[in-house]
Amino acid sequence: MTKTMNQTFVPSRRRFLKTTAAIGGGLTVGIAIPEALAQGSKGAEINVWVVVQPNDIVIIRYARSEMGQGSMTSAPMLVAEELECDWRKVKVEYASPNANVRRKRAWGDMASVGSRTIRNSQEYLRKGGATAREMLIAAAAKKWRVPASECVAEKSVIRHAASGRKTSFGKVANDAAKLEAPKEVKLKDPKDWKLAGTSVKRIDIPATVMGRQRYGIDTQLSKMVYAAVAQCPVFGGKLKSADESKIQGRRGIIKVVKLEGAVAVIADNWWRAKEALNDIAVDWDVGTHGGVTSESIMEFLRAGFTQPGVPVVNKKGEVDKALSSATKVIEADYYTPYLAHSCMEPMGATVQIKGDKVDVWCSTQTGEGTLATAAKAAGVPLENVEVHRTQAGGGFGRRGGSQDYTRTAVQIAMAMPGVPVKTLWTREEDTQHDFYRPAAMYRLKAGLDASGNPVGWTTRIAMPSIVATLLHLPLKNGIDPPAVEGFQEFPYSVPNVRMEYAQRDTHVPVGFWRTVGWSQNPIARECFMDELAHAAGKDPYEFRRALLAHEKRPLGILEAVAKAADWGKPLPAGVFRGISVAEPYGSYSSAVIELSVNNKKEITIHRIVTGIDCGYVVNPDNVAAQLQGSVVYALTAGLWGEITIKDGRAEQGNFDTYRMMRMSEMPKVEVVLAPSGGFWGGVGEPGQAAIIPSLLNAIFAATGTRIRSLPLKNHGLTLA
Amino acid sequence: MIKLTVNGKSRSVDVEPEMPLLWVLRDVLDVKGPKFGCGIAQCGACTVHVNGEPVRSCSFPVSAAAGKKVVTIEGLAPRGRVHPVQKAWIDHEVPQCGYCQGGQILVAAALLKKNPDPSDKDIDEAMTNICRCGTYARMRTAIHAAAKSMKPAKA
Repeated sequence: MTKTMNQTFVPSRRRFLKTTAAIGGGLTVGIAIPEALAQGSKGAEINVWVVVQPNDIVIIRYARSEMGQGSMTSAPMLVAEELECDWRKVKVEYASPNANVRRKRAWGDMASVGSRTIRNSQEYLRKGGATAREMLIAAAAKKWRVPASECVAEKSVIRHAASGRKTSFGKVANDAAKLEAPKEVKLKDPKDWKLAGTSVKRIDIPATVMGRQRYGIDTQLSKMVYAAVAQCPVFGGKLKSADESKIQGRRGIIKVVKLEGAVAVIADNWWRAKEALNDIAVDWDVGTHGGVTSESIMEFLRAGFTQPGVPVVNKKGEVDKALSSATKVIEADYYTPYLAHSCMEPMGATVQIKGDKVDVWCSTQTGEGTLATAAKAAGVPLENVEVHRTQAGGGFGRRGGSQDYTRTAVQIAMAMPGVPVKTLWTREEDTQHDFYRPAAMYRLKAGLDASGNPVGWTTRIAMPSIVATLLHLPLKNGIDPPAVEGFQEFPYSVPNVRMEYAQRDTHVPVGFWRTVGWSQNPIARECFMDELAHAAGKDPYEFRRALLAHEKRPLGILEAVAKAADWGKPLPAGVFRGISVAEPYGSYSSAVIELSVNNKKEITIHRIVTGIDCGYVVNPDNVAAQLQGSVVYALTAGLWGEITIKDGRAEQGNFDTYRMMRMSEMPKVEVVLAPSGGFWGGVGEPGQAAIIPSLLNAIFAATGTRIRSLPLKNHGLTLA
Repeated sequence: MIKLTVNGKSRSVDVEPEMPLLWVLRDVLDVKGPKFGCGIAQCGACTVHVNGEPVRSCSFPVSAAAGKKVVTIEGLAPRGRVHPVQKAWIDHEVPQCGYCQGGQILVAAALLKKNPDPSDKDIDEAMTNICRCGTYARMRTAIHAAAKSMKPAKA
């Protein structure tokens, strides 16, 4: 079997904790939480997902990442469901990215991005569990000389009813590992699930709560040194010179490392490195972008409205004709700003280069991406790199495709051969060297007939391409897929439509910010839909319902959320509602927000009802947690979020200039889970899509003012 | 040498007096529970108790902790035990990524020590640390649950 070098987590159970009576006087509770972190996994490898130890401990390997989205629990739940093992004896460990290279991607895609951890791996995870179960049963049947079809497995025990014999997984694991895997296994109908579909406690939480969880930043290695880094503040700029005379002979300083676009100080602790970095006089070659401002970028985006020859991403009927004969024509432009990810754990990685071998310890959303980046930066084959993954202190898309922080950390470590170097960014560096949610402009036009029905709809999206500029992939037909989400697959039954995309790339790096195109496109689509409903004199919920009559899933979640939110029932004086719907990441989401706005433009959010239809729910409480968290991420952006550009660089730095939502600002949130089955949708990102559109629609209902650009602070609107 | 007590153990460190307590804990003493989030006392991920009071250790010079008792998330409950706030955090599945949660728990524990039955407003005023995953509602529920569990049993 292949050994992996990863951490093993012992799962915790609420049941266990509940058996301890609460005690008075503020004393601690006398229970032991199982030691959550262990190393290595010995045992019989039944297949790449399942390792069984003689004492019946089942190790389930997890290939993707954990950054708080809970998949490190829910993905193994799917394996365990089919395996028929005792969940109380399950440990979970990361599969090794290096082993994945050597074993021809036996674990498949290792990335937790695009809300795809469950939906893209559920089938092979369930098959992995089912295959291992069949092999364990076959081993027992062989020993007993009975047909395997007469044996059943439950809670890690295999029984043969006719003879009354029983054994456990641990006892037959070695034999099972030698058997050939069955080619075909039948998977359970989700309605027969016993473990999946229940709110199993997340396995990583006890370690977190007890302060034992380890993040990339917590890597501790013998003789490790620490690096602080400053990159050219103007994106893409280069280092001209760095005068280190002021830090000569300073305590703890080991080395100054000059890179193409950055300078780093290595010291015996990070604080000394960072303080010394401040005292290095750096001269940057800012290149040709030193004069770029937010205003010049907006002009550049706006020019996309009239750019000739752009691709049409969705066309139906004769829209120009329909608009020219419409009774009423409505036009509007929308704008969404650049946004930073602001993971609580700033970017960084620890790297040790020994000869042609590279080890990386870091928080990442893609073990394989980190490995490939490190190999390329160090100039070694993929097989020579191992990535030691930790829990990530937030991801939100920042720790996915870019891997710039890995590259920089490797480049710095190359200056210290053999020595582990922990590179950590300051918060300012993290905010000012992000791959931002793209700034985007939308021009929309629609016509209504005499009965208020939409007869035509056009949209021109002007937005940089993430796929072209970050991933360096060619755009099929000139279309950036994330930029056109919600418009390419337009669910509303409008007979004539034309949706176009103008690729407007700037020097500001853009990337996958949680919910990506679905974080911003629904703002234009769903608020404009609200404008049409208003122009038609119709209720915005009923207006949407009529146009979604043939789209049962968007309609289903819209109706489920509206019902839970008591849509249509009278509200107290001064309280107003907004609604919207979206189809993000293979799921369907909707939200209703109730609020009031006083004469000082202060908003009080009374209630948010947010719902999802993700097809199947593996862990309900975790899905609820993702929806609750998505409300905060979305509101933070909608109220205050905006990276502005001046002199070619980001103007915001720390949390004093890039504001985060806090406890006192948290509104009441109710979650609706409405899984309709028959498909697997994403969960980590869809919860944001409908929040800001519903918020803006409620603000319009309350004030009569249509907000078409964000953040709200720029309109003088704030929370009460 | 600066002497301080960290999670019950006496420690001496030979560092600059202005070095923030956070980096002494993390890089000199290998106590990794307190996290770096901002460096300017905005986010509170670095929160520790100094003589029972929550402080943001990224902006707290180690010299100010000299002779004092520092408690981090690792030391909130004695080994093998769990503080009622930690238990409530586990029961209510509060953390998501968890990076800020050590700091959040230490602020909540300090609040409950001073105010065993906090109102929502009291919680809002005390709990000013940032959580980017948005676990605020669950934290509030967990604080109320912890407060309830810490009340002396009725005689």
